[in-house]
Amino acid sequence: MAWTREEMARRAAKELRDGFYVNLGIGIPTLVANYIPDGMTVTLQSENGMLGMGPFPYEDEVDPDLINAGKQTITELPSTSYFSSSDSFGMIRGGHIALSILGAMQVSEKGDLANWMIPGKMVKGMGGAMDLVAGVKKVVIIMDHNARDGSPKFLKHCDLPLTGVGVVDMVISDVGVFTIDETGVTLIELAPHITVEEAKKRTEASFKIAKELHK
Amino acid sequence: MKKPYADASSALEGITFDGMTIMAGGFGLCGIPENLIAALRDSGVRNITAISNNAGVDGFGLGMLLNTRQIKKMISSYVGENKEFERQYLAKELELEFNPQGTLAERIRAGGAGIPAFYTKTGVGTLIAEGKEHKDFDGETYVMERGLVADISLVKAWKGDKEGNLIFRKTARNFNPMMATAGKITIAEVEELVEVGELDPDQIHTPGIFVQRIIQSKNLEKRIEQRTTRTRGE
Repeated sequence: MAWTREEMARRAAKELRDGFYVNLGIGIPTLVANYIPDGMTVTLQSENGMLGMGPFPYEDEVDPDLINAGKQTITELPSTSYFSSSDSFGMIRGGHIALSILGAMQVSEKGDLANWMIPGKMVKGMGGAMDLVAGVKKVVIIMDHNARDGSPKFLKHCDLPLTGVGVVDMVISDVGVFTIDETGVTLIELAPHITVEEAKKRTEASFKIAKELHK
Repeated sequence: MKKPYADASSALEGITFDGMTIMAGGFGLCGIPENLIAALRDSGVRNITAISNNAGVDGFGLGMLLNTRQIKKMISSYVGENKEFERQYLAKELELEFNPQGTLAERIRAGGAGIPAFYTKTGVGTLIAEGKEHKDFDGETYVMERGLVADISLVKAWKGDKEGNLIFRKTARNFNPMMATAGKITIAEVEELVEVGELDPDQIHTPGIFVQRIIQSKNLEKRIEQRTTRTRGE
């Protein structure tokens, strides 16, 4: 069985370490917050200007002055701090955030990322994604391995406008887990019942198989 | 010179002109200067270049100025919540300059601090770096981005005093402090306008030197875009 959204988020949570400051993108990456291991301190940054994001509020706690980068109402924690957008991106660009988990439309085998624009069709903007991939120490992508029409999203070269060049360190998809470094792409883990052959068939990027492939 | 004005319209009187550049604070609809945006619409000024992280939603926030076709160009990082914006842009009725959010924040901070340009790693190798000067520092390539200033900055704070000292609240701070520094004229609207001496000087986020005019907000809606809650007992 290929991994579900929740299972991809749970797998991404294994990349968290105690004491990490982390920025989670909108969509599936947000779910990673549900799988922070007990006893581990992970501080979530929201790029609109908050460190220490708490859970969603109860109905009577909703505050229009307190939202996350997805514009959702949230709550603060005893450790929370607020700051301006320029301080927030100082943290991001300055390399103070350990890990960012984001979504993608396309990833290339060189670690290029495209996730902000489809020319002539979708005009939404990059928000903070270009800053995050340029400044955060480790960038993990969670995405469906293939587009709805079945075409591969993990490619030799991205054909959509890029968010960043050579910025992706890891791809977690419904098929498995791939690392990207100077040596290229390596498949390190497969989702249950997915074979290497199927992974290859569904991927345009070329990749090596890790010696100790986790199945 | 007295900084407090009776309302948003009188605070804008005599300083707006067609073709002007404005900055408007806020992230989504959080911390936007609602009264001042409505007054800018009512002023009838046209061909505005608007610098704002987002473009409001259909018919609210800066979306009001899109409906009336008063905006010629937007400089923003994300406009996905506004269908009218997307329609006008795809129909080439509106100019749009996308900036990465951190680059936008830093351009405004730099503009207000008298820094004409700076280098950043953000966007190197992408569309937004095309045609811009590049330079290597310590083995890494950076792209030059220019500082931004505006004819008028419209900002929203929680509390302000009659000297223009401002305190923001929670994530409603966002772009407001930098924009306050980057306006040739900055107008602040505040939920609570107090006498000088009532704010603790150690708690002030924006010193009054950056604020030329200040008004008390009236009838704020403070709309919420994504009301997400949990249920007790879960």
